[in-house]
Amino acid sequence: MATKDKNIISALYDDDDVLLRGIKDVRDKGFDVTEVYSPFPIHGLDPVMGLERTRISMAAFLYGCLGLATAISLTYGMMVVDWSMNIGGKPSFSWGENMPAFVPIMFELTVFFAAHLMVWTYFVRNGLYPGRKAQNPDPRTTDDKFLMEVDLGHGDKDQLMSLLKDTGAIEINENSK
Amino acid sequence: MFEFTGKLKNLSIILMLIGVISVAGSFMFNGGGHHEEGGHGEEAHTEHAKEGHHEETGHDEAHASHDPNAHYYETPIERDYHKTSSRATPDNNHFDVTNGASTLTDEQIHHQIGNKPWANLLVNTFFFLAIGLGAMFFMAVQYAAQAGWTVVVLRVMEAMASFMWVPMIVMLILIVTGMGHVGGNHLWHWMAEGIMDPTSPHYDSIIAGKEGYLNNPFYLGRTVVYFIGWVGAAFMLRKMSIGMETTNDTAAQWKKMRNFSAGFLVFFAVTSSMMAWDYIMSIDTHWFSTLFGWYIFAGMFVTALTVLTLIVLYLKNKGYMPEVNHSHIQDLGKFMFAFSVFWTYLWFSQFMLIWYSNIPEEVTYYMARWGEYKGLFLTMVALNFVFPILILMSRDSKRNYGFLITAGAIMLIGHWLDVFILITPGSVGGQWSIGLTHIGTFLGFAGLFIFVVFKALAKAPLMPTKHPMYVESKHHHI
Repeated sequence: MATKDKNIISALYDDDDVLLRGIKDVRDKGFDVTEVYSPFPIHGLDPVMGLERTRISMAAFLYGCLGLATAISLTYGMMVVDWSMNIGGKPSFSWGENMPAFVPIMFELTVFFAAHLMVWTYFVRNGLYPGRKAQNPDPRTTDDKFLMEVDLGHGDKDQLMSLLKDTGAIEINENSK
Repeated sequence: MFEFTGKLKNLSIILMLIGVISVAGSFMFNGGGHHEEGGHGEEAHTEHAKEGHHEETGHDEAHASHDPNAHYYETPIERDYHKTSSRATPDNNHFDVTNGASTLTDEQIHHQIGNKPWANLLVNTFFFLAIGLGAMFFMAVQYAAQAGWTVVVLRVMEAMASFMWVPMIVMLILIVTGMGHVGGNHLWHWMAEGIMDPTSPHYDSIIAGKEGYLNNPFYLGRTVVYFIGWVGAAFMLRKMSIGMETTNDTAAQWKKMRNFSAGFLVFFAVTSSMMAWDYIMSIDTHWFSTLFGWYIFAGMFVTALTVLTLIVLYLKNKGYMPEVNHSHIQDLGKFMFAFSVFWTYLWFSQFMLIWYSNIPEEVTYYMARWGEYKGLFLTMVALNFVFPILILMSRDSKRNYGFLITAGAIMLIGHWLDVFILITPGSVGGQWSIGLTHIGTFLGFAGLFIFVVFKALAKAPLMPTKHPMYVESKHHHI
C-alpha cells in the first residue's frame, strides 16, 4: 500500500532475481520488508518475504462443507418434506434411499460454494471493491520494474540506504514528500 | 545406482513361495473332487445365509406390510426377474434377489466353487497387470507431453512397466485353461460348451448374438496383440531411455521417444478399453456398460500412481534418489488424490445411471453386488473415496510420508477389493470368501513384483541424467 509514512524507504529494481536476493539481505539485517510491487507473480516471493501461508485452503474446505450441507437440506426440504417426489419410479419418500439422485446436486453446490465464496473472501481480504483507486507508489511497477518498501523502524537510515544500494537497487526513495 | 540385494530379495522370494503355496492350496482344497465340493458348498452356503440374514429380514418385512418405503429395487426387478430370468441374468450370475442362493442347483454351486481358485488368480493377475500398465501409460504421457518434473522418477515407472509380462503370461494361462475347460475354469461364461449352439441345452441366444466378438480365436488373438503391444512398448521405451545415456544427440532421441509414446497412447486408448471388456466385463456376459473401459482405466491408473509413490518413498527412505524433493512427492500425492476422485466419479456415473433407470438387464449387475457383497461393496467405495479425499486433501499431508503411505496402503486395499468385486460376483457368486489363499496369492504376486521391478531398477542408474529435462526436474519447485 502506498504510504506517506516517513519511516518507509522504497527501492526500485529491474530484475526479479536481484529483488529476491535484496529482500533476503535486507531482512537478514533485521529490517522489515512491508510490501513488494511487481508486474507479475514472482515464484518463491512469499517465503522470502516471510509471509504466512495463506489460509484460503482451510476456508475453501469450510465453504465446501457449507455447500454440501446446503445441498443436503435443500434436497431434503424440497424433494422429501415439502413436496415428496416419486423419483424414477422409486416412491420411497426418503432422502437416504434416493441419495444417489441427489449426489450431482451435492457435488455442484459444494463446488459452487467453495469457488464463489473463495473469490469473495479474496476480494474482502484485499480490500477490493468497485471504484477502489489503484494504490501504487510507482507506475513503472506495472511495466518492467520491481519495488520493495522497507520499514526503517528504529534503524539507521544511512545504513539501510547503503544496504539497499549494495543489493543492486537502481533507485532509492524516501517518502518524505 | 540401486542395488537389489539382501533383505528385500529374500523377502520377495519368501513372498513368492507363500504365493505358490497359496495358489496350489487353493486348487487342492477348492477345486478338488466333486464329492468334497458338495459338503464345502453347503457349508459356505449356510455361512452366507447367516451373513445375509439382516438384509433378508429387511426384505421380508417390506413385503409383508406392502410398505411404500420398500427397497426401491425390489418390486420392479422381481417381476421381470422371474419372467425372463434366463435373459436378464447371466447363467453364471447365480444369485437371486429374494431367496439368496438357495434356488441354485447343486451343479451350479459346484461350478461356482470350482471357479474360486481361478477367480482368485484372475483378481490378483489383473490387479498387478493394472499396476504395470498404469505405470506404462503414465510414462508414455510424460514423454508425449514432454513433461519435465517427472524425469527423476522415470526409472521407477520403467521398472514398473517392465513387470507386465508376468501377469500377461498368467492371463494367457487363465484364458487357455478357460477355453479348454481345464480344472473347472469357468470364469468366462461365454466359453461354456454349446452356449452358442442352438441345438444344445446350454444354448443362450443373447450370448450367441455376441459370437462375433466373443469367440475363442479372436479373444486369444486380442490378448496376444495386447501382450506384444504393451510389453513391447515398455521394452522399447526402456531401451530408448537407457540409450539416451550413451547417445550424443539426446534431443533427437527424446523427440523419437515422444513420437513413439504418442503412438503407444493411441494403441493404449483402444486396447485398455477392449481389455476391460475382455477380461472383466465378459465375465458378466449378458451385461454391458459403455463407460466400463474408462472405469477400469481409472482404477488401474490410480493403483499404479499409488504404487509409484510408495516405491519412490521406499527408495528415498533407503537414501536413494536425493534428487526427488518435497515438490515431486507432493505432486505424486496430488495425482493419487485427483485420480481417486476421478475413479469415484466414473464409478458413480456408472452406478447412478443404472440405479436410476432400473432396467432389469442392466441392474442385475448391481443386484449381484448389492445382495451377496453389500458390505464389501460399500467398504470398497469408502476406502477408495472417503479415505483418500480426507487424508490427502491438505497440502501438508501430501508432503508427509506417513500420511502418504497410510493413504496409499488404504487405496491399494480398496482397489484390490474393487477388482475382487468386479470379478467375483459373476464367476463365484454367493460362494465367495476372502481368506488366506487370497492374501497368500496377493503376497505371491507382490513378491514377484518386487523381484522383477527392483531387479530392473538395479540394472540402470536411478537418474536419467542425460534426459534433456533432467535439470528442470531436479529444480522442480511448487
